[in-house]
Amino acid sequence: MSTAVAQNRGLGAVIWDYLTTVDHKKIAHLYLVSGGLFFLIGGLEAMIIRIQLMEPSNNFISAGLYNEMITMHGTTMIFLAAMPIIFALMNAVVPLQIGARDVAFPFLNSLGFWLFLFGGLILNISWFTGAPDAGWTNYAPLSTTSPGHGVDYYVMGLQISGAGTLIGGINFLVTIVNMRAPGMTYMRMPLFTWTVFVTSTLILFAFPALTVGLFLMMFDRMFGSAFFDVALGGNAMIWEHLFWIFGHPEVYILILPAFGAFSEIFSTFSKKRLFGYSAMVFATVLIGFLAFMVWAHHMFTVGLGPIANSIFAVATMAIAVPTGIKIFNWLFTMWGGNIRMNSAMLWSVAFIPTFTIGGMTGVMLAAAAADYQYHDTYFVVAHFHYVIVGGLVFGIFASLHYWWPKMFGQVLNEALGKWTFWLFFIGFHMTFFIQHFLGLIGMPRRYWTYQEGQGLEVGNMISTVGAFLMAIGTLVFIYNIVQTAVKGEKVSGDPWDGRTLEWTIPSPPPHYNFKQTPLVRGLDALWVEKSEGKKGMTPAEPLGDIHMPNNSILPFLMSLGLFIAGFGFIYQVDDKMWLILVFIGMGITLGSMLTRSVKDDLGHHIHKEDLEKGAGE
Amino acid sequence: MSNEDVLNPKEMPHEPEKATLEGKNKFIGFWFFLGGETVLFACLFGTYLALNGSTMGENTPEHLFGLELVFIMTMLLLTSSLTSVYAMYHMKNNDFGKMQLWLGITVVLGLGFLGCEIYEFYHYIHEYEFTFRSSAFGSAFYTLVGFHGGHVLFGLSWITALMIRNARRGLNLYNAPKFYIASLYWHFIDVVWVFIFTVVYLMGKVG
Amino acid sequence: MANHSKSPSQQMDFEKRQHKEEMKQQVISFVMMILFTIVAFSMVLLEVNSYFLIPTLIILAVVQVLFQLYYFMHMKNKGHDMVAMMMYGGISVAILTIITFTTIIWW
Repeated sequence: MSTAVAQNRGLGAVIWDYLTTVDHKKIAHLYLVSGGLFFLIGGLEAMIIRIQLMEPSNNFISAGLYNEMITMHGTTMIFLAAMPIIFALMNAVVPLQIGARDVAFPFLNSLGFWLFLFGGLILNISWFTGAPDAGWTNYAPLSTTSPGHGVDYYVMGLQISGAGTLIGGINFLVTIVNMRAPGMTYMRMPLFTWTVFVTSTLILFAFPALTVGLFLMMFDRMFGSAFFDVALGGNAMIWEHLFWIFGHPEVYILILPAFGAFSEIFSTFSKKRLFGYSAMVFATVLIGFLAFMVWAHHMFTVGLGPIANSIFAVATMAIAVPTGIKIFNWLFTMWGGNIRMNSAMLWSVAFIPTFTIGGMTGVMLAAAAADYQYHDTYFVVAHFHYVIVGGLVFGIFASLHYWWPKMFGQVLNEALGKWTFWLFFIGFHMTFFIQHFLGLIGMPRRYWTYQEGQGLEVGNMISTVGAFLMAIGTLVFIYNIVQTAVKGEKVSGDPWDGRTLEWTIPSPPPHYNFKQTPLVRGLDALWVEKSEGKKGMTPAEPLGDIHMPNNSILPFLMSLGLFIAGFGFIYQVDDKMWLILVFIGMGITLGSMLTRSVKDDLGHHIHKEDLEKGAGE
Repeated sequence: MSNEDVLNPKEMPHEPEKATLEGKNKFIGFWFFLGGETVLFACLFGTYLALNGSTMGENTPEHLFGLELVFIMTMLLLTSSLTSVYAMYHMKNNDFGKMQLWLGITVVLGLGFLGCEIYEFYHYIHEYEFTFRSSAFGSAFYTLVGFHGGHVLFGLSWITALMIRNARRGLNLYNAPKFYIASLYWHFIDVVWVFIFTVVYLMGKVG
Repeated sequence: MANHSKSPSQQMDFEKRQHKEEMKQQVISFVMMILFTIVAFSMVLLEVNSYFLIPTLIILAVVQVLFQLYYFMHMKNKGHDMVAMMMYGGISVAILTIITFTTIIWW
């Protein structure tokens, strides 16, 4: 279905189209919009936290609400903002970069999105009924003894959205393994695709640990089991380990695609091929490998013993090596290049020192003995915001500027882009650099307030002012999006003089992406052709019928069923009547699965004659 | 060239499950999923191993488990693994009738296994008052073995649905990958059971 | 779509024979698996010394699972490189997890 037709058919048809779509480009829009909304909600929560900490003995929000605020800020930002925006980029770019017409499992792609969205909705509905308040790590026994239903919402929301992420991860693995265009060998894949491949592998192996952890937490809180209940022989450390066996790979899941995006941006805007491509691939794989060996560095102070602490400390420090390789390769990519300093490039260049600071504090924290001093202070808060914001959020802004034309056919305004950058960049360093010192002075994280006269006032005030600058920067970015959309100036398929396959097709791409599958003849496939004076790619096949998948409402229904069942599970603790919701919800989900299984879905063809007439563009 | 012609060729290819791109995707995607399931069950096994001593002084593994039933269950499940191999053998030879027959036997054996497991749980709960809530060991035991049982139930429903759905139209390149990955799932269930009977029952009996 | 135009009856016969050969291996591995199971159960019933018994039980289980993966699930065949990589990836994480839960969880 062409977008032009959809636009003429009124709002209802457009909504129905998005509810049923299996097109990776539209799913990317869905991920971006919902992830963006959750990002704003998480940002609002952050602002409330900063206002509360602005001055000593502040009473802006109550202590209980503060606990809910920090829990929801962390959970929302990691699971509901960062993950979906990463998935938005993966969906928008990866199939185009490998020369594919869609992902391997378009149906599952849509299912993954709806599961994520309904999980996120469950989590945020808790604001009206009492939000989770045991921190984003949800440590037992604090979480198992937390009164009310807040933690139940956390468990159900993350379980459902986590299932969506796992499905998405498998989908991208298979897409990259099976759907590459002819000639696109593994060592010719653009680095963003490589990082998505490694990230998806991490998702595949890390998320099951979260699934099990959440199941155990659910059984303990809702069905009276005793996994974390010491009185019946349980052991709270099981949650802590399961959470971090998942949780540490999770932060690499987030950062690796950002690394990939930076690699593309540095190379494009320096007009040079990426320095040390194979070393970059190797470093990415090595980071992925080490991701599973370091989780206990979050638990140095729980008493694992000196041997375990030493092993995990050394493994953690080892991660600095592949990361260092990457930093130097990016610098050498720019070295002697023909550099264009636009917004995307500004974010990328600013990322290097910011992330390096985060990396250095990371090595400091990895020293197990010293960690006893830093643990649970603002030093840790500063560290992980330097790597997550300085790495991932900078990466998201950079990639959005870079790929916005490909996703929406328009270039974001450069002047506003630079305003966003400078406001956010200065605000970020104001907010978090000072927190290193607050932490070293001894300010513990997660505390509702602090006393006067302990030397914490000035630092916290600076931090809050910085947070406001970041908020203003974000608002300018939203204004930029709106203004660009209203102006509606269209751009060509290749506004940046790009190097990879996504720039060989129109912006936004037709829904079958490539009229003819391209033949890839080297790394930076488009650049290879350009350097030989050709305009576009050589097709690898004659023009023929294109097979495309059919739209389906079933993914939406399956997720809706789990959403309904989630409430049943949460409230059946109070009254068994709520089990009705479990049966209704699971009935919808399993019924939809059965329908999917027995109803053939053979897809449809776009005919050659229509392609020649240019339909669907 | 319509879909029908593509999916129903005159000569079935050597490996019908991997003859189409969709089939190849399903095949490799499902294997990756099993890689993830490996971690899932490892977490459950780890939890069980951490908690199997936490019996609160009653209903220890040694005291509870009877090996006769477990042996019967093991034989049922191992045999059902072989019968699903036979089903896939006939699928590759394009003999749909025999494939359905062997899948049917697989389902019957799986049902036998599931019946034994339900009996076992019923027995523990009513004879020994050993439940999900008795102790951390109880929680871990029922969760690990129950997750496996849930997989058996899901596998049985899946294979049955496939058999009924395709009973009248026979094998083609659209449903061959579906049958193939369902049988992979069934084998994986057996893989997990091998570790359950070893780690939970046999090692539990040794103490 | 893969090209299967050259499929004379000879080719069919060859494939049938190949399937039969594979089936034979699978039956042999099934017999081995049953045998291993019986050995495992009888060792427990005969109350063999547990220092020897537990490692043996685990080895028997691992070998059974390898039979299951390589013969029943065809991992020995061509085109399973990616599959093997991901399975061994999963198995490595699984082993790490189990080591953790049996060694550094105290109490």
